[in-house]
Amino acid sequence: MADRRQAKSPYTEDRLIPGAFEGETITRRRFMVGSVNAAGIAATVAFTLPALGFALGPIFHRNRISWQDVGPLSDFPDTTYVPRVVTLTPDIGEVGKSTAYIRKHNPAIDGPPKDQYDNYVAISTKCMHLGCPVRYIEASQRFVCPCHGGVYDFQGKRTGGPPVRPLDRFYTREVNGRLQLGPRFSVNSELRRFSPRDPGEPLDGIGQYLYPRRFDTTNKPAGAKN
Amino acid sequence: MPKLPAPPVPDALKPKPKRPGEGNGKEKPHEVAAEAGIHAADWVDERTSVSGGLRWVLFRKVPKGTNWFYTLGSATLFAFLSQAVTGVFLAMYYDPSPIHAYESARYITNDVFLGQFVRGMHKWGATVMVILIFLHMGRTFFFGAYKYPRELNWVIGVVLLVLTLVMALTGYLLPFDQRSYWATIVADNINGTGPLVGPYLADFLRAGPEFGATTLSRFYAIHMLLVPGALIALIGAHLWLVAKLGTTAPPWLKVEPPEDLRKAEV
Repeated sequence: MADRRQAKSPYTEDRLIPGAFEGETITRRRFMVGSVNAAGIAATVAFTLPALGFALGPIFHRNRISWQDVGPLSDFPDTTYVPRVVTLTPDIGEVGKSTAYIRKHNPAIDGPPKDQYDNYVAISTKCMHLGCPVRYIEASQRFVCPCHGGVYDFQGKRTGGPPVRPLDRFYTREVNGRLQLGPRFSVNSELRRFSPRDPGEPLDGIGQYLYPRRFDTTNKPAGAKN
Repeated sequence: MPKLPAPPVPDALKPKPKRPGEGNGKEKPHEVAAEAGIHAADWVDERTSVSGGLRWVLFRKVPKGTNWFYTLGSATLFAFLSQAVTGVFLAMYYDPSPIHAYESARYITNDVFLGQFVRGMHKWGATVMVILIFLHMGRTFFFGAYKYPRELNWVIGVVLLVLTLVMALTGYLLPFDQRSYWATIVADNINGTGPLVGPYLADFLRAGPEFGATTLSRFYAIHMLLVPGALIALIGAHLWLVAKLGTTAPPWLKVEPPEDLRKAEV
C-alpha cells in the first residue's frame, strides 16, 4: 500500500514530504498556515486602511479660495487699522470667526504694492508665537499679544517677545468699490509671501524648509506674487 | 503548579463538619439557601476555572516592610475608574458639536441633578490622577522597583503616563469655553512646531488647516474611545505583570538567610 504512490519526483524525495503528489514542493500544512495568515492580514488591512484614510483625510483636503466682503473702500485709512470680524470656518458659529485689522496700502511705509492683492493690508490677529489673538494698540501703533507678551510693529513685524515671524496677512481685492478678503498667507521677516503656516514656525533661513507647505492650505489667487 | 494558599478566612466563618448522626440526607431550607450561592459560584468556576486566577491575583506573597507608598498604584487605578464612570455618565448629556458643546456643558453644571458634582469629580479627578501617577512613579523609582525583571512594567507605565496626559489634553477642550478653546489652539500650535512632521501633525489634530467643524468631535473621539481603549488594555498588562513578578521589597530590607545556612557559615 505504502508503495503505491512511490515518490518519483526528485522534489518530494529531497524535501521529505510524505505522501506528496508529483511535483509537490510545499507541505499542505505549511500551505494552509500561509494562506490563513495571508487571509487574516488581508482582512485586517481591509478595515484598517480605510479607517486610517478616513482619519487622515482632512490633511489632504485642499480648501477652496473664498472671498468675503468687509465693507466699502472708504472705510479704511492708510494711517491706522480698522478691525473687521472675518469668518475663517463657516457654519460653526462664533468659533469659526476671527478678527482682521485692515488699512490702505501706504507707499511711504510699505513701498510699492506687490500686485493687485496688495492695495489694502489685512493683518491676521493670530499671534505667531502660539496662536493667541493679538490686539492693535492705537497709542503705541503696536500689535500686542496677551498670552506671552509678543509685540509687533505697525507693519506686523515682530519687535519683541517670543513670536518667530511677522503676523500673517490676507489677500485683498477691490470689487465694485468694496473690499474683499481672500485666503490667509504667511510672511517672513522681509514680508516675502509664503503659503499659510501655523504659528511658531519660522520662515527665515532653514525654517522655510523645516516647516513645509501643507497639502490642505488654500491656493493663492491667480497672479499673486511672492 | 504549586498549591495555592487557601483564602485567610477567620475560623468562625469556616464551615464546620457535621456531627455524627446530624446529617441524614435531608437539608433544611436555610441550608439549601446557603448552598445556592456556593452552587452558583461552583457552576461558573467549573466552566472557567476563574477561582484559581483570582487567588493567583489576590493572595500573593508580599515581602516584609511594604507600607502606604505601595498603595499609590491602586490609588491611581481607582482614580482612573472614577474618571471612566463619571466620564461615561457625562457623555449622556454632552453634545460634541461646536454650536452646542458649551451649552450642553452649562446644562450639565446648572440643570442636571448632581451634574455639577459629577462634572466636578471628572474635572478634579483628572488632576488627581496625574498627581497620583507621578507619586506612584516616584515610589517606583526611589524604591528601585523598576529594575530587573520589572523593566517592561516601567516602560508600560511610561506609556500609560503619556496616554493619561493625552487624555488630559483632549479633555481640556470639551467644555468649549474661552479657556479650553485657546488652550487647545496653543497646544495644537506647539505640536505644529515639530520640524518636518509638525505641520501635518497639527493638521491631523485639527482635521484641517484651521480650527474647524470637526476638531471638537475629533478630540471627543480620541478622548472617550481611542485612548481609553488603549489605557484599559495597558492597565491590564501592567497589573498582570505586577501579579506575575510580585511586589518588590523596600530597599532598606536585607535578605535574611535561613537559620541552618547561617549556622553552616559559622
